[in-house]
Amino acid sequence: MAAAHEVQHHTSTGVDNRKLLMWVFLASECLFFGTLISTYLIFKGNSLVGPLPEEILDIPLTSLSTFVLLMSSLAMVLAVYGAQHGQLGLMKGMLLATILLGLTFLGFQVYEFRTFGSEGLNLTTNQFGASFFVLTGFHGLHVGIGVFYLTSLLIGSMRRNGLGRDRDLWVDTAGLYWHFVDIVWIVIFTVIYLMPH
Amino acid sequence: MGRSGPGRIIALVVSLGITLAVSGLLYYWFREAAFLGNDYQSTFEPASENAEKVHSVYVLVFWLAGAVFVGVMALTLAFSLMFREQEGAEAVQTHGNSRLEILWTFIPVVIVVAMAVPTFDAIVQIEGDAPDNALEVTVVGHQWWFEFRYGDEGIVTATDLHIPVDRAVHLSLLSGNYQADGSFIDNDVIHSFWVPRLMGKKDIMPGHENHLWFTPTETGTFLGQCAEFCGLSHAKMRFRVIVQTQEDYDAWVAQQQTNPADPTDEQLLAGQQAFSSAGCIGCHTINGVSQGLVGPNLTYVGERSTLAGGWLDNTPAQMEAWIRKPSSVKPGSHMPDGLVDNLSQDQVDALVAYLQSLR
Amino acid sequence: MATAVGTVGQTTEHSKIWEWMTTVDHKKIASLYGVTGFTFFLVGGIEALLVRTQLARPEGTVLDADLYNQLFSTHALTMIFLAIMPLGASFFNYFIPLQIGARDVAFPRLNALGYWMYLSGGLMLTLSFFFGGAPDGGWFGYAPLSTTAFAPGRNMDFYTVSLLILGSSSLIASLNFVVTIINMRAPGMTMMRLPVYMWMTLVVAFLLVLSLPVVTVGLIQLYFDRNFGTNFFTPATGGDPILWQHIFWIFGHPEVYVLILPSMGIVSEVLPVMSRKPLFGYAAIVFAGAAIGVLGFGVWSHHMFTTGLGTVPQVVFSASTMAIGIPTGIKIFNWLGTMYGGNIRFTTATYYAVGFIALFTIGGISGVMHASPAVDTQHQDSYFVVAHIHYVLFGGAIMGIFSGIYYWFPKMTGRFLDETLGKVSFWVMFIGMNMTFFPMHFLGISGMPRRIYTYESGLGWDTWNLVATIGAYIMAFGVLLFVINFFKSMRQPQTAPDNPWGGSTLEWATSSPPPEHNFDVIPEVRDRDPLWYNRDHGIELPPKPEHMHIHMPPPSYYPLIIGAGVTLVGLGLLAHLGVAVAGALVVVYGVWGWALEPTD
Repeated sequence: MAAAHEVQHHTSTGVDNRKLLMWVFLASECLFFGTLISTYLIFKGNSLVGPLPEEILDIPLTSLSTFVLLMSSLAMVLAVYGAQHGQLGLMKGMLLATILLGLTFLGFQVYEFRTFGSEGLNLTTNQFGASFFVLTGFHGLHVGIGVFYLTSLLIGSMRRNGLGRDRDLWVDTAGLYWHFVDIVWIVIFTVIYLMPH
Repeated sequence: MGRSGPGRIIALVVSLGITLAVSGLLYYWFREAAFLGNDYQSTFEPASENAEKVHSVYVLVFWLAGAVFVGVMALTLAFSLMFREQEGAEAVQTHGNSRLEILWTFIPVVIVVAMAVPTFDAIVQIEGDAPDNALEVTVVGHQWWFEFRYGDEGIVTATDLHIPVDRAVHLSLLSGNYQADGSFIDNDVIHSFWVPRLMGKKDIMPGHENHLWFTPTETGTFLGQCAEFCGLSHAKMRFRVIVQTQEDYDAWVAQQQTNPADPTDEQLLAGQQAFSSAGCIGCHTINGVSQGLVGPNLTYVGERSTLAGGWLDNTPAQMEAWIRKPSSVKPGSHMPDGLVDNLSQDQVDALVAYLQSLR
Repeated sequence: MATAVGTVGQTTEHSKIWEWMTTVDHKKIASLYGVTGFTFFLVGGIEALLVRTQLARPEGTVLDADLYNQLFSTHALTMIFLAIMPLGASFFNYFIPLQIGARDVAFPRLNALGYWMYLSGGLMLTLSFFFGGAPDGGWFGYAPLSTTAFAPGRNMDFYTVSLLILGSSSLIASLNFVVTIINMRAPGMTMMRLPVYMWMTLVVAFLLVLSLPVVTVGLIQLYFDRNFGTNFFTPATGGDPILWQHIFWIFGHPEVYVLILPSMGIVSEVLPVMSRKPLFGYAAIVFAGAAIGVLGFGVWSHHMFTTGLGTVPQVVFSASTMAIGIPTGIKIFNWLGTMYGGNIRFTTATYYAVGFIALFTIGGISGVMHASPAVDTQHQDSYFVVAHIHYVLFGGAIMGIFSGIYYWFPKMTGRFLDETLGKVSFWVMFIGMNMTFFPMHFLGISGMPRRIYTYESGLGWDTWNLVATIGAYIMAFGVLLFVINFFKSMRQPQTAPDNPWGGSTLEWATSSPPPEHNFDVIPEVRDRDPLWYNRDHGIELPPKPEHMHIHMPPPSYYPLIIGAGVTLVGLGLLAHLGVAVAGALVVVYGVWGWALEPTD
């Protein structure tokens, strides 16, 4: 692992600039999702008309999609391991697995949104609809961006010289992002689906 | 002026002198602006117990602020004079002085504590519940006028709030519109109720019922104005609080609780006719005549001191100008232009005369 | 104008304009920020003059209510987001690498992207006057007045969309600054040897990183309320207008410190150098700045004392707000301590720095006054608060920025601004500023609310309003004198030495203006005031090496492409979502090109 770092630029803290950038960006993202989740909690119980969350949320189904997202984080860990230990096959395979699991999660979300829509819940119905769709929608957007990010890395790794000498850094930093999005989902899942209404 | 002993003293004295002279002038202007007389929106001439309390905190804070102002200004000026560049002078190379720094950390701490104690005391009083015997009035904010509803007395009026002296008044603040079935819809923007001489302001929030109470201690007319930006005619959302003796107030209430007498005069009858034919009845209530709920209740509009959210004096000429083209008086006014365009001048005169007769 | 500020660069076949559009050099980007920011400062000033002209006399007829509301709203938005913040960003860009001894910022292309997005958001906000109307709901955009029921035009959509773009621009810039300051310091420059200006920059960048996402969510929700039928901020289906106020001020209050802390940093650089002695109480000033930053997140509700918060929140937010007065007081005393015992050169930069202390103190005092909710019930939304914010933002932020301009101009351009003209313009601005804003205290206590487009005669407001308007024109004349000074100076030859003021920080250890790579050899730092330490210990800077092989990042047009894509997304959000999708595709293309572009 140490060998991979030898080409990186010297920095005051020893952490690569790109990785530090990702950390600070994720700090900012915490406040972004914090505000969205707070909005959801503030409006909890404020809906004047249904459908209300207890009437419409499908907890078993979403538990399944949550499991899928958790598995994608596991795949991501393995991809980072592969990148750091020069096991390029493992890295590529696990990147692909992460992407596919991420897409599966998005598929669940599209299905859930469509079902809710057909049951009469949309952005304009009530406070639950507005805060639920905006919160989970922006989380889904983050998953989508993550899929795009990882796909770019995967395509990049297929080139003749792969991801170059900063390979482990690229994958590691993308992993930070992916795990963050995953952790945020755990919070959202707990707040929306598991906390009593 | 140098940094030698006598030079320093001269610099300090000169700086302090200049600062005090400037402060004195500013203080003079503050007083001039503050004590304007009775017919103004001054925050400095409290006419209720709670406003008095707020003002006493202000006075304390003002003097603390003044002391800091004089101190910092005098030192800034003095150091600028004392330590100007001089031939052969050397700057003293210090990095700091812990003892001094601790000392001047305590100066703001002391000032802040001196402010905080009376502040918290005042908050507890003015934010506390109104006395049980308080007069209950609901204030409804509209773009751009104030509606006053006396629940117990069954009176609805606008722009002029009548209250008795020396009795607490408890205002419930709402933004939106009452419906015919008595329900309330929060469909207006944020306004703020502010009568500087009677009380600090409180916002009128759609979706929230805010409360404000005070006990006026002198009779008179007190000017008020919406203080929260509320759109095009925010500047023209004014009102008055008329504090009366108990007898005058009782007489006013008794009059408001009766319906205006039906007109007998021919012109006034024509005016009442025009009031319905021009569509006024769709939005305005005159007790015994119409039940509109959108615009202000006009039952005794003739006795109000002002029109159009307190912007125009209530004279026949101003009233005609207002109903002919509201938007030229109040931009964006929800009362449409051209309502009386189909009436003859005689009819308009009659309408104005009728409304003016409602007193 | 912009090109003249530039560093020595060679123009070959490529046009100069293309060179500026693809530059990733932090000094050139700083010049772009500076020139654009100052232009917007003039635009905001003209908006303010129009507002003041309308208010000069009772029942003024210069503007109608609609235009007045647009002008006071855009005046605030322009000054905050398009003038003071970018002028701060200009100095950050120029001096972060120079003061910490780096060759550039951590992410040069990201830096360029930040500028292009700022330009895009700025133009969108300003040009909205010609496309259906500028934002007219105040810079605070309180719902429900900002929702479609009460603002059916595009005005407030321009507000949400341009602020989202400007916010992203600031976020990108701030992330870059945080990484640069933390990670790219010269050898020996520990955190407690950072120049105070760098500390204040770091605090500002963190404030933005942590507060912008909050208002981003608010703006998205407001956009959804306006365009997709949600009711976050209207009571119709259970929404709450107070929620917008909380979200806005959780961002809005730290934002005030974003505007003032850079100027506090500049004053902390100028005063020691001009007094020829080290800053008094460096650690105290640094900790006070950080404390202001941290406390700044815990005071937002003091903007809402009159909204019916209740007793306990009033007490809590009153206490936290008063507490901010303590570190602020410490700073003022430490600046005075720096002057004490000095041998002070009264250059124009010093005038502005001392002016800052005096004027900012007034704004600080009135700020502590309405930290008392009781007092604030009378001051909130009155002209007293208008006086307060302008003493903080003009007397504080702008005075500090001018101090910085006069102080760093020789370093940035190799030329001096005229000192005599500079001092004249200082006094004109100083007098005009006080004439404009001090009477607003009197107007406030005599009951004049803010944001009214007209007022009746006979309320005791006539005289002071007239005085304030005359003062505004005097102030504008002072700014004009500065503009003349600038153009006059740009025609002079570049004669400034490396270190004209005898400064102690690293930017004075290189040529004026600096070469593209900043330092021939990165200097080693042994003290908080490295150049003074070297002077006192007879340490020479290492000589210029004979063979320099310094690799600087090549120019890139991808920031421009992504900036254009973001502009398209913004326009799409205003006009048609299809355009936004197209814009997103341009962004994706730009990101790919960016990632694959060789940088070394």
